[in-house]
Amino acid sequence: MKNVKTINSVKAEHKHVNCGECQASCVANQTCEQK
Amino acid sequence: MSKPLVHQFVIDSFHLVLDVNSGTLHAINELCSKLIDRLAPPLDPEPDPALYSELSSYHPELIKEAYGELYELWRKNLLWADWDDSIAIDYETLPVKSLCLHVAHDCNMHCEYCFASSGNYHGKRELMSEETAISAMEFLFRESRGRHNLEVDFFGGEPLLNFDVVKKTVEYARKREKELNKNVRFTLTTNALGLTHEISDYLNEQMYNLVFSLDGRREVHESMRHANAGGETYDRILDNIRYCVEHRGDKSWYVRGTFTHKNLDFHNDVLALAEAGLKHVSIEPVVLPDTDPLAIKERDLHKLHLEYERLARELIRRRKNARKSPPGMDFEFFHFSIDLNGGPCAYKRLKGCGSGTEYLAVAPSGDLYPCHQFVGKEEFKLGTVTRGIVNPQVKARFCRSPLRENDDCKTCFAKFFCSGGCAANNYNTNQDLSKPYKIGCDLMRKRLECAMLIKACEAFEQE
Repeated sequence: MKNVKTINSVKAEHKHVNCGECQASCVANQTCEQK
Repeated sequence: MSKPLVHQFVIDSFHLVLDVNSGTLHAINELCSKLIDRLAPPLDPEPDPALYSELSSYHPELIKEAYGELYELWRKNLLWADWDDSIAIDYETLPVKSLCLHVAHDCNMHCEYCFASSGNYHGKRELMSEETAISAMEFLFRESRGRHNLEVDFFGGEPLLNFDVVKKTVEYARKREKELNKNVRFTLTTNALGLTHEISDYLNEQMYNLVFSLDGRREVHESMRHANAGGETYDRILDNIRYCVEHRGDKSWYVRGTFTHKNLDFHNDVLALAEAGLKHVSIEPVVLPDTDPLAIKERDLHKLHLEYERLARELIRRRKNARKSPPGMDFEFFHFSIDLNGGPCAYKRLKGCGSGTEYLAVAPSGDLYPCHQFVGKEEFKLGTVTRGIVNPQVKARFCRSPLRENDDCKTCFAKFFCSGGCAANNYNTNQDLSKPYKIGCDLMRKRLECAMLIKACEAFEQE
């Protein structure tokens, strides 16, 4: 593309894991525990 | 479905747009920016003829080409994406997965901005007993149910004032986690004043993460953080931290400082820590009532925006130079480390930090509170580690997602990175758990924009 450069590639629908094993977060820099 | 939401911003020569619902970040040119301002889904395959006259300073072929690219992004759900808002969270059945153990309501320092009132949380000075700490661990093992990964943070006050109980708690948990098939990650937050080599060696062996409190520049630290025994502490604390991190291998650690109205030029504090060889840095804005002379004021925000931008530029410059002639003096700024590709799932983004439900704090007495910042506030007492939750009406106040309930959050571009902010900050500034702390929101948004700028620069560097 000439006019747009997409910076990131979000994990495919990432959205509904809900394993609950991730850290409490005192979210932006967290990575899913299952990845 | 929740409505599409895009956020455009410009820093330096970068024109960026975040598609909030898909989490996709795009770098665009000025023409695309003008088109995005004028468009709303659903898009037609061909541009509306009115666009050609509205943007008559551009050649029609250029407009058609740029529109075509935006149309493709929309078609692929990477721009103006919808978001499935049907996710249901059953707060009643959420297990507890994390405890903050206040092993010491006492401190060997007294800092000007301490939310814990120099360690005692506005109550009596006391240390947690071994019996209470072990009861807390059993409460966590019991209430975590099927969850495997658990976290326990040793906090205070100054937790090293009760180091014997720290060690006995870890020893007990290591035995029990094998029996119960759990994985307990211990962390500890310390002012490092009493951090001997012997204690460092132990913490490096047992702690998943360490957080050291130090305020950046020597003069800032000495003016804000005072040893009870008197005298300056910067050099001693710096030496203690250096020994610990030099012997820590690849394990996680952070130096966590605080900036106030008196040092709004905090980027100098971040760089001072980096120059001192402490590369994992978090310098946070103080949260105090507006009447406090150290509090961040609304009139400070423009200056702070410029500071975050300056810090982002410096990080970009150093990383670029490091690639050319390693090793450069790289550093990591906590809030600029965001994961745009594989962040947490939607459930986690809706739940946020988990205070009051998945994450609880334990006072030295064994009383349970929604988080470390609510400890000592009687109206928020949930129960005790031996009796469990006996005040479900307190827990109910935390069983909610601000992203769904607050109008401010619903339309905020940062919502999936912030999860609705900090309930304690909301309460401490607005006396309302769900009323956003505006200054915190503003700074969160600015930090995110800077973090995205860094990601964009890295993407262009890799071309």
